Amino acid sequence: MGNNPANVKTVYYFGTCLVDMAYPKAGMAGIKLLQREGVEVIFPREQGCCGQPAYNSGFRQEAKDVAWKQVQIFSGNDYPIVVPSGSCAGMMKFHYLEMFKDDPEYYEVKKFCDRVHELTSFLNTVLKAQYTDKGSPVKLTWHSSCHARREMGCTEDSKALLRQLKNVELVEIEREHECCGFGGTFSIKQPEISAAMVHDKVEDIKSTGTKKFLTGDCGCMMNITGHMGKEKVAIEGQHIAEFILERING
Amino acid sequence: MASNAKFNFKKSITDALADKQLRANFKFATDALRGKRLAVLSDPEETLHLRKVGNAIKRKGLTQLPQLLEKLEAKCQENGIIVHWAETTAEANEIVLGIMEKHSGHKVVKGKSMVSEEMHLNKFLEDKGKLPLETDLGEYIIQLNHEPPSHIIVPAVHKNRKQIAQIFADNIPGVSYTEDTTELLAIARGKLREHYRTADIGLSGVNFAIAESGTLCLVENEGNGRMCTTVPPVHVALMGLEKVVEKLEDVPPLYRLLCGSATGQRITTYFNMIKGPRKAGEKDGPKEVHLVILDNGRSKILADTQLRQTLQCIRCGTCLNHCPVYTRIGGHAYGSTYPGPIGEILMPQVEGLDKKGMLPTASSLCNACEEVCPVMIPIPNLIRRLRDESYDMDDDGIVKGHGYKKNRLETMVWKGWKLTQVNATCNKLMLLGVQIFGNMLPKVGPLKAWTSVRTAPKFARQSLKDLAKKEGIRNE
Ligand code: SF4
Repeated sequence: MGNNPANVKTVYYFGTCLVDMAYPKAGMAGIKLLQREGVEVIFPREQGCCGQPAYNSGFRQEAKDVAWKQVQIFSGNDYPIVVPSGSCAGMMKFHYLEMFKDDPEYYEVKKFCDRVHELTSFLNTVLKAQYTDKGSPVKLTWHSSCHARREMGCTEDSKALLRQLKNVELVEIEREHECCGFGGTFSIKQPEISAAMVHDKVEDIKSTGTKKFLTGDCGCMMNITGHMGKEKVAIEGQHIAEFILERING
Repeated sequence: MASNAKFNFKKSITDALADKQLRANFKFATDALRGKRLAVLSDPEETLHLRKVGNAIKRKGLTQLPQLLEKLEAKCQENGIIVHWAETTAEANEIVLGIMEKHSGHKVVKGKSMVSEEMHLNKFLEDKGKLPLETDLGEYIIQLNHEPPSHIIVPAVHKNRKQIAQIFADNIPGVSYTEDTTELLAIARGKLREHYRTADIGLSGVNFAIAESGTLCLVENEGNGRMCTTVPPVHVALMGLEKVVEKLEDVPPLYRLLCGSATGQRITTYFNMIKGPRKAGEKDGPKEVHLVILDNGRSKILADTQLRQTLQCIRCGTCLNHCPVYTRIGGHAYGSTYPGPIGEILMPQVEGLDKKGMLPTASSLCNACEEVCPVMIPIPNLIRRLRDESYDMDDDGIVKGHGYKKNRLETMVWKGWKLTQVNATCNKLMLLGVQIFGNMLPKVGPLKAWTSVRTAPKFARQSLKDLAKKEGIRNE
């Protein structure tokens, strides 16, 4: 249990559409980690996608409509909005501003953006969560999404949480800075380049000699574990929230 | 690769990815260049500060570009430099040819110039019976091998030492195969020295043109630039119109950024400042200096405040070295003068989206380029802008060839998607559909592309929304 020095009472949770559809356990784990710090979590069930897929694919107006809907859904209170994904958080924190920069809604959007936090950052820097590892010794590696690293800058927070787990040995991956090749619709619009990128990423993960990798972004996870599955590589991928929750519950 | 050959991006990607040697060469070279950059720009805080300064200088320069160019022209003329304006590459080629004809010139020695690549000047001059000779070592190698550059700073980066040895042995009469770099260099130098002495025209690019004094700055490491600009009787400098800066003080930060980002140097071996032809009583230098200022679509780019940022580029090439796509497919696959991230944003604006609109699809928007760009060009956002203009759903596109991708199916898909994300009932239905049918979708279209190297995504039986409801998480 941490100390929640800022005495945060309530947060909103933006689960992300991918977590909603394919990784609900990871999403639930994030909620539980927040609750464990004495924070009440509100999960508005009308929420949808952050809009990034359309925004990156040339369909800005569709992205904007979806973004505006999210802004409205989370406008009931000015609680922090916590997101278990660096990429979706980056979209909501920075790109919403870009999309609405010439619109009268800009200031309302900006208020929303200022409240957006990535989950591990929020746990580490705001709530100052403290973890006691109850699991057996394990070696694993970490993959950071590009937007977690370069937009939200939350990679160090994720690692700081992992380092609190004393039986967990974190083996850093070579070329950690490099994209896994997901890139949303990039993976289907340029499948060959994307394939070459995810292949190299899996090779780098393999050479850490670990049997598990963690990430804070389910898009990357779906991409990397999908390739591992196809190539019959026996390495497991897991969202960091789910992993931490397992370790501290023993 | 010639500009008029039909460009098939998909095929060139497939071919490039299949070429193991090529990929190894690019990986090796770009890893080295990244390491060198980091060794010099090692302090993140200082680097960010410097990049902000570089960004401010270029941004300010672009806001007053017409005035700066006029000033540059006047100052250059005062210095005795003859200034030419070219709206198109065809015009620029004719200007160079005209200068050559006036002097009955046949042989032109060339320092490195990306603008000359943009003009396809070598081919143009060869067709006119002239002899253009590249003198930058990398350019020399690929000219021997009849290839265009694959990188804007390191043109022969796609070749390793052995391949270069072979190119020399195959293409230079009387040279036998050697992998010894010192020997290879000596061979090239021996050949080139002779040409400097006998060339009619020397040609160069321009890295910075200082408006207040009419000075052309040329950054280089081999001394070939200095030879080309001083030995032949006539010097022709080619520049894109965005290369002008206001004053001398603007140069040091940009120069520092350029050297550090491009080659990981604090300073290059040569930094030439050219201020006109040989004056009375001087013993060396060209008798005539010409400056050709090329537009080629740049002033149109300037007119849009977002797209304008493309023109901040100082051609350092570091976005190429950091790009996970470029480092895998290499420069030639882009089928364009400028490859990599800068090429993805510049080429469609210059040649039109209908011709080069596929380039911006070759990005995962990982932001690696933006993170290192010395003048802080928001390359990913410009890629997004060009993707928007490719579909041009709002009918407000301005880039040539906008809307070339407009199609009903994709539009319908995104409109349908939107509905599932803004309407709670549709969202519920969509989630239900995914839960029931998601794992048995036929592997066609996007899913086929996805599953070619991955297993299909596994959708959960219960969504997070179901779980949260079951666990009693507050809804609002
Ligand atoms: S876009 Fe930026 S990083 Fe790329 S070549 Fe230009 S200045 Fe260098």
